[in-house]
Amino acid sequence: MTDADHEAFARRWAEAIVGTSYVSMGRRVLAKHLLGLTSQLVDAALAAEFDPAIGRRVGVDMVAAHFTGTETLRETLALIAEGLPGLLGSAPGCADTGSRVAQLAASMAAGYAGALRERSLDEQDAVYRAGLRARRQAEQALAASEAKFRAMFTDAAIGIGIGDLEGNITDVNPALQQMFGYDHEEFTKLHLSAMVHPEDGASVWQTYEELIRGERDHFRLEKRYYRSDGGEIWTHVTVSLVRDESGEPAYQVAMLEDISERRSLEAKLHHQAYHDPLTALANRQMVNERLAQIFAGPAEQRRVGLCFLDLDGFKVVNDSLGHHVGDQLLKTVASRLTHCCGLGQLVARMGGDEFVIIVEGTTGEEDVAALADKVLAAMAAPIRVGKHELTVTTSIGVVERPVADTNPEDLLQAADITMYRAKANGKARYAMYDQNRNDNEVARFTLSATMLAAVERDEFFVEYQPLLRLRDRSLVGVEALVRWRHPTFGVLGPERFIDLAEESGSIVQLGRWVLFRACEQARAWRDAFGDAAPFVSVNIAPRQLHEAALVADVTKTLVDNGLEPSSLQLELTEQALMGDEIGPLTVLTKLHGMGVRIALDDFGTGYWNIPHLRRFPLHELKLAGSFAVGMQSASGLVDQRIVAALVDLAHALGLTVTAEGIETRAQFGRFRAAGCDTGQGSLFASSGPAEQIDDMLQAVNPLCDVSKEAL
Amino acid sequence: MDLPSWASDDVDIEHASPARVYDYYLGGSHNFAVDRQMARQAIELWPELPLVMQANRAFLRRSVRYLVSQGITQFLDIGSGIPTEGNVHDVAQVASPRCRVVYVDVDPVAVAHSRAMLSGNPLADIVQADLRDVTAILDDPRVNRLLNPSQPIGVLMVAMLHFVTDDADPANIVAQYRKIMAPGSYLVVSHATHEGRPDQADSHTELYRRAGAPLTMRSRREVEALLDGFELVPPGVVFMPLWRPDSPADVDDHPERFTGYAVVGRRA
Repeated sequence: MTDADHEAFARRWAEAIVGTSYVSMGRRVLAKHLLGLTSQLVDAALAAEFDPAIGRRVGVDMVAAHFTGTETLRETLALIAEGLPGLLGSAPGCADTGSRVAQLAASMAAGYAGALRERSLDEQDAVYRAGLRARRQAEQALAASEAKFRAMFTDAAIGIGIGDLEGNITDVNPALQQMFGYDHEEFTKLHLSAMVHPEDGASVWQTYEELIRGERDHFRLEKRYYRSDGGEIWTHVTVSLVRDESGEPAYQVAMLEDISERRSLEAKLHHQAYHDPLTALANRQMVNERLAQIFAGPAEQRRVGLCFLDLDGFKVVNDSLGHHVGDQLLKTVASRLTHCCGLGQLVARMGGDEFVIIVEGTTGEEDVAALADKVLAAMAAPIRVGKHELTVTTSIGVVERPVADTNPEDLLQAADITMYRAKANGKARYAMYDQNRNDNEVARFTLSATMLAAVERDEFFVEYQPLLRLRDRSLVGVEALVRWRHPTFGVLGPERFIDLAEESGSIVQLGRWVLFRACEQARAWRDAFGDAAPFVSVNIAPRQLHEAALVADVTKTLVDNGLEPSSLQLELTEQALMGDEIGPLTVLTKLHGMGVRIALDDFGTGYWNIPHLRRFPLHELKLAGSFAVGMQSASGLVDQRIVAALVDLAHALGLTVTAEGIETRAQFGRFRAAGCDTGQGSLFASSGPAEQIDDMLQAVNPLCDVSKEAL
Repeated sequence: MDLPSWASDDVDIEHASPARVYDYYLGGSHNFAVDRQMARQAIELWPELPLVMQANRAFLRRSVRYLVSQGITQFLDIGSGIPTEGNVHDVAQVASPRCRVVYVDVDPVAVAHSRAMLSGNPLADIVQADLRDVTAILDDPRVNRLLNPSQPIGVLMVAMLHFVTDDADPANIVAQYRKIMAPGSYLVVSHATHEGRPDQADSHTELYRRAGAPLTMRSRREVEALLDGFELVPPGVVFMPLWRPDSPADVDDHPERFTGYAVVGRRA
């Protein structure tokens, strides 16, 4: 028989059994595998010594290859019976091939059955053992998770309680026992109804019912409980519903965190945030909140009153007797104020020696005025602090207004400003709020408060007024005059803001700015016109003269602009030179020493004393505009003689003299006749932009026809 | 005796397990009475089921060989079931001995048996987890020990995704795996469909539903959609015997009888 026959048989075999069992082979591989088995069977059938055990081996081999379907066996046996004899042919020495094939088939079936039985038993054994292992692992995992839970439950710092759906407490951990002061046994006898606190909101137990009914899975809240000793604890509670396998509510777990300390700290912090620690009165924060409450909601016809108090002379007490005495004084004042006030009135300390009383639901000014009177009376009695007997008075600003007409900020500000009026009027009194005065004050305050920012925003600018030599009308200098281009009030002259700047101290920055700006301009003129350029004259406020930095500022500005000191003149008022302080004189001497021109401005308006002037290093006197009035008519002979005498005296002291406010030709003529060196005024030119000076400098000839006429 | 004495609630053998039922379909004995009862019912309704399962298993074998031929040496076989003839590591390690395989199955018995079987194989291991718990699988130390996410990997979801209902958003689950598969990785999917034998589909689905393992058969288009983001390796989504058969002889005259789709996708 040929190999081809064997292969054909193996292919038939594969065809017959494919799909009857799962083996990890494709058909071609399968046929090849079966060819091997075919050869074994053929060899066995043809062997000289017949061994039917070969059939058994083939059966075992098939099961090993996972031919585990019984249909495989049936098809295989049928094929062997029908086709194997044909493969053997009439081999020599084979007496009974038919019998051999039958024996091989029988032993193959036995081998197959035996192997399949073994395989099945092994697999069953394996899967049962796998089941056992899986169960053991599951049990271990469960035990581990139970142990973990138990450890967590027992050792947790947080209190944990477990209850059934009827509200019986079934288990509690040590933390919860400690928190409540019940031991485990006492606790588990309790019902949840014992956990009610009178302050619980209605929603607390409503929410709880929803949980029990399975409508929610958990809730959190902050709640108070009573301890076994009757004490109270604040807790943060989380209650969770645990459901059974079918999703039905089974029991509940509550986790409680003791937040009593946090709560009391919060209460303390809250109190601290709204109270002044020294006097225990309400503080500014509380005032703001109370006012916010009053102004919240519809104003309707409601009115509100406010007293703003400031103790008179408190600083003296503090400075002379010490803060301890000051503090005691404030405490007594606080207590007296509290006694003056009743329901609907809030006394607060705003800071320092400032107090506020808010009066709610007033009917008119007289309500609050009456309260202010009461306060003034209460302050009358001396206050004893240690061995000191102190008399303290207070100034009070009183405001009373319809809620609809104002707001918290304006109300406080109005009372504050009004209080300053009480001070200005002589202290130890109250002043009633006055709308018009208040508006003025507010406007002044606004200007003052916004001035520095305005310097930054470049809202200021400088104009220049020419100073002419009277002899030949030539331009020798210019006075720099600052203006404020205010966004709401328009262009403001110095009279509107210099005093405010002086009060607030802004004058230092503003003055520095003007000095710089004027010197910059002087540099520009020098560049354009050389020696024909005028000096610039800059006004210096008294306060600036007290600043040691003035010398440095001037020096730096001159250097920065490459100017000779003599091209700058500083104008001071008599007021700046009064007083005995040495500072201004030192500053002046230094500036003079540098070669900067020093002029005394507005001379003749106040108390003046010409010999006194000798003490100061001056270059020039500027006669106040009031002299110009007397120079107007021929009848003012006295004035003319006084001016002439002043000029003589000044010249004797080595000073030059400038006449201000020259508006007419007559004034001009007389000042020149009196010997004045220079003059300024609208007759020549009012103040104007730098370009006006440019034009004058460009003109070759003197600008005024007047001067020719007068000559 | 329906239940072995060690049975407990924790290891659920009161219900048939898809892994053990599958083992029975393939002629194995790694199963319990409840599994066999279910399998016999299914076969009674649909006598060709064992053939379908064989075709599925054969596809697994061919796809693993294909992946090895493409240079893949690490495999994550999710829903591996009871180890039987032609396991992934058997096939892969024959093709290339350095192949590493991590099996994943949710059935504790299948896992315990697999672990026993694999105890001598340092390059193969099993993790008990649910396909849907992507993080748990990817963070498992065994996965990290054997698989290197920076290299291409073969992820197998063979006869797996039809056990994920639409509610669980199987496309999203596949996408989560895709994200961690390095470029050049492959996804192998076979999936039950009603498109081969619509007459059998309903009763079969109902049987699995009652057994507590709901089966969602999907259309060719739905199966293709699950592989969003993968390039489909030719021939794309086909009935199982048609996917790169060893020889034409292996393809049945009616491949639609093997009512499942097979597809391999490559992550570009």
